[in-house]
Amino acid sequence: MEEILLNKLGKKVILLGNDAAVRGALESGVEFVSTYPGTPASEIGNTFNRIAKKANVHFEFSVNEKVAMEAGVGASYAGLKTLIAMKNFGLNVAAEALLPFVYTGTKGATVILVADDPSCHSSAQSEENTRAFSYLANIPTLEPSDALECKNFMKLAFTISEKFKIPVLLRLTTRVSHQKMPVVLGTIKTRKSLVEGNFIKDVKKFVTMPPRVLEMKEEVLAKNKEIDKFFEKNKINRIENLNKSKIGIVTSGVSYLYVMEAMQKLNISLPVLKIESFYPFPKNIVKKFLKPLKKILVVEELDPYLEREIKAVAQEINCNLKILGKELLPTTGELNPNLVTDAIAKIYGKSYKMPKVNYFVPDLKRRPKFCPGCPYWLIFGGVKKAVNEKEVIFGGDIGCYMLAGQAPLFLQDYLSCMGSSIGIAHGIKKVSKQKLITFIGDGTFFHAGIPALINTVFNGSNPLIIIMDNRITAMTGHQPNPSVPADPLAQNVNIEDIIKGCGVKNLKIIDPVNQEEFIETVKKFIESDKVSVIIARSPCLFVKNKK
Amino acid sequence: MNKKIEQFNIVIVGTGGQGLITLLQVIAEAALAGGYDVKTSELHGLSQRGGSVEVHIRFGKKIYSPMVPLGEADLVIALELQESLRAIKFINPKSNFLISDQIIPIPSQKTLETKEIISLVAKTSKNVKLLPAFSLCKEKFGTGVMAGIYLISFAAFKGILPLSTQLILEAVKKVIPSKYLDLNIKTFDLAKDYEEK
Repeated sequence: MEEILLNKLGKKVILLGNDAAVRGALESGVEFVSTYPGTPASEIGNTFNRIAKKANVHFEFSVNEKVAMEAGVGASYAGLKTLIAMKNFGLNVAAEALLPFVYTGTKGATVILVADDPSCHSSAQSEENTRAFSYLANIPTLEPSDALECKNFMKLAFTISEKFKIPVLLRLTTRVSHQKMPVVLGTIKTRKSLVEGNFIKDVKKFVTMPPRVLEMKEEVLAKNKEIDKFFEKNKINRIENLNKSKIGIVTSGVSYLYVMEAMQKLNISLPVLKIESFYPFPKNIVKKFLKPLKKILVVEELDPYLEREIKAVAQEINCNLKILGKELLPTTGELNPNLVTDAIAKIYGKSYKMPKVNYFVPDLKRRPKFCPGCPYWLIFGGVKKAVNEKEVIFGGDIGCYMLAGQAPLFLQDYLSCMGSSIGIAHGIKKVSKQKLITFIGDGTFFHAGIPALINTVFNGSNPLIIIMDNRITAMTGHQPNPSVPADPLAQNVNIEDIIKGCGVKNLKIIDPVNQEEFIETVKKFIESDKVSVIIARSPCLFVKNKK
Repeated sequence: MNKKIEQFNIVIVGTGGQGLITLLQVIAEAALAGGYDVKTSELHGLSQRGGSVEVHIRFGKKIYSPMVPLGEADLVIALELQESLRAIKFINPKSNFLISDQIIPIPSQKTLETKEIISLVAKTSKNVKLLPAFSLCKEKFGTGVMAGIYLISFAAFKGILPLSTQLILEAVKKVIPSKYLDLNIKTFDLAKDYEEK
């Protein structure tokens, strides 16, 4: 029996933050889960993929985050308790489905878990701060600090959603998602089979057409007012170390842990306001906290959202308060105990010397690389033989093959977001005669490459697209995708059928081990005046080794 | 070793595929069974593809941050010689620093001399030990992948990891999949028998 499914009330189990969130969903009685893998949120899907059958939970790796969101919306509309999970960039993809979902509200309680990645440990695109979506979507947002809170806040989020019929956002960050600690287990209500939903027609609730849509907006704002009161009544945000000090700290998420660590280190005890509900912002407790203070430090990662909110509240109560935050802490990159100790020492007027190695230590340039024997070596090697690299633009996309951008390959001239290798290729080819080859994996092609491919056909440009079909979503931990479903009963989708269906005439499926054929095809297709696709098909070593 | 310690900080460095997350789980389980609060930090994703990996484990009466602050590691375990250098920022003169004798070359970078690496670490820590963890395991079992288990067992036997050897052994039994368990228990015993010259 997996520990995460243990039904031993009160037992302490060491869980990863993401798994603690899964446990919280199970203890809340989650009935439907959809996700698209992306680090640091991937384990949510990986764990449900392992346990969903045993736990009688509907689970799917959806094709992208937008359809994961829509699948979750549908399950909620049909009455099921639903969890939708993704990484930060995923919410960009899903945003169009998120906003109207907040308007219609939920039928089955729904939580949306999103994990940010300050310092971009595993994020190529940007250092995103999902809290911006809390404003954009008016979605209640909770920020846990550690694994235990991941579980507890997941349950709280389901409670809020159940009570106010609105989806709730649970925002994690890498150091919360990938933090382990002992988590006290609650109970899971076991069920004998999957729960069947029932969509009950209710046009007023589920159809967002004007003029009704504006009424819905009013309803969302009203719900958030009530939720704010609920937070206050249930003491969701809390003040610690209340004492006579005139200096205080406001913090949230993992930064709270660094604050407590720093005060231990400096041997001081300042009052701390821990913001757990970022949205709706708990103004009343903030007012109460600020009133007796002369100076505060806001400790938060990335953009100063809390700081701005607090400055606004301070203005409202017209208090003569010095508010420091990003003057002492970076906006780029994650925080750590040392940075926070330094900032608190400064505001408190205590001396602290940041530990530093005061002699030269060589920097190691050990970067991740393709696994030995990875079929991608053959693809990139073949391309290098087929063309003059200086005369060709190479479009990158999101997947293991991003590693082609570094030594020894250097085959990546632009990199942006999922599927964009093709979309951007089209733009370049529309306005330039330069030769261009894009690299995109099977998972990423399914995710967002298809509309871009249709656009190249429809709007007439001629890049050479190489689909690196390794039969799996490899980078995020080998999740199945539509070309090879994990469930033997599921219907698979052939990439070549899609390519043909889009009207592409130059199509070849090649195992890159046949180097001669591969090289000849690249040479031929790159001269074509039509869009060309090579499906370079050879399974990831992990797929091969599994068999 | 019955006395409860206030706080103990461990940093493990190595490269993707050396099993750092398994070691983290073993130590965390042992610390929990020993009655401690525990927090750990790890990274997933592309870092698995042979890149540098660094994990943190902290246990004690009450642990806040999952990350070990700079200069505050009580114990560093390096599963690869060159990777030791990355952990220097976490140590102080009292830190114990155990290094396995494996070298994994970095493409496009000259491999550093063992002597040079040890002397750089020894500039800060007075307790550096280069152990034949990789070569011994490889010689006895045909694979060096248990080097990490060897080092944490060694640390427990020598008392530089304040968790009893019994706790470590129980945690190994809990965490390691059954088909590899026998080899790992043998590795544990091998560490017990190591005599320092």
